[in-house]
Amino acid sequence: MTRLISILREVFGLFVDDGSLAIAILAWIGIVAFALPAFGLPATWRAVALFAGCALILVENVGRSARQSGRQ
Amino acid sequence: MLFGDAHAGSVFVAAFLASLVEFVEALTIVLAVGTVRGWRPALLGAALGAALLIALVLLLGPSLSLIPIAWLQLSVGILLLLFGIRWLRKAILRAAGIVALHDEAQAYEKESAALRRAGSSRLDGIDMIATSASFKAVVLEGLEVVFIVIAVGATGQMLVPASIGAGTALAVVLSLGLIVHRPLTKVPENALKLVVGVMVSAFGLFWIGEGLGDPWPGADWAIPGLGLAFLASALLAIVSLRARLAKLAVRP
Repeated sequence: MTRLISILREVFGLFVDDGSLAIAILAWIGIVAFALPAFGLPATWRAVALFAGCALILVENVGRSARQSGRQ
Repeated sequence: MLFGDAHAGSVFVAAFLASLVEFVEALTIVLAVGTVRGWRPALLGAALGAALLIALVLLLGPSLSLIPIAWLQLSVGILLLLFGIRWLRKAILRAAGIVALHDEAQAYEKESAALRRAGSSRLDGIDMIATSASFKAVVLEGLEVVFIVIAVGATGQMLVPASIGAGTALAVVLSLGLIVHRPLTKVPENALKLVVGVMVSAFGLFWIGEGLGDPWPGADWAIPGLGLAFLASALLAIVSLRARLAKLAVRP
């Protein structure tokens, strides 16, 4: 059981390092998939919004990580 | 032509570079095991690990074709994006000097010291501690290779260029390992991680858009375009973080 948990933890770690980053990315995908179509945005613009949101989330996350490491 | 389009070429390069990073890390551990505890258990563990990884690719690769294409694109896209962004984040923080760079020589020394301290456990004359250390290193580093090969390969019927990319990286690392016989410390690991993070994130985003039914401008050519856009964002973040750190350093 312990070995299985350790394997699952390794597999989970392949995708999630900073939980807040993963949650923000998943939330943005959800917004693009379900909320943006309601505003009548053309499909191509939704694709562009998908990239822009992910890039912003990444930049904000590394900035926050830098601030936190500076406080330590 | 096998690599005649943007998609196949990008798949080959992404699989090659990602595999290069992972195989270099695995080689460091296998070299430490071989030098400290002997080459027989080191090579046996590595071979067993490689066999398990090949079995995983053969098992998981074709079975993905059973999933409906839109669900496959969406789920693999999300996993690729999370995987790529994780590498990108780490590479940005390392390049900006916030997190220490990965040091292969240090990893080699640490593993060698741990193997010297470890006791002896033999089964039919085989050093089990050394074999399992080598096996674990190959499997753990190789899992990321398996994921990338399957994920970037299976969604676009590109398993062949992805596998060739990973196989070429393995051949390069093994050849260099045999020639220099010590950890490959000169490989610019963080720069490679940055490029792989950029490419894998681009693939992930591309497949998410396709899975959602949102067509990308330029079709397959959107992949290198997204890669360049992620690269620009990452470089901007690195420059801005370095400037902030420099400002903090001069503040009294």
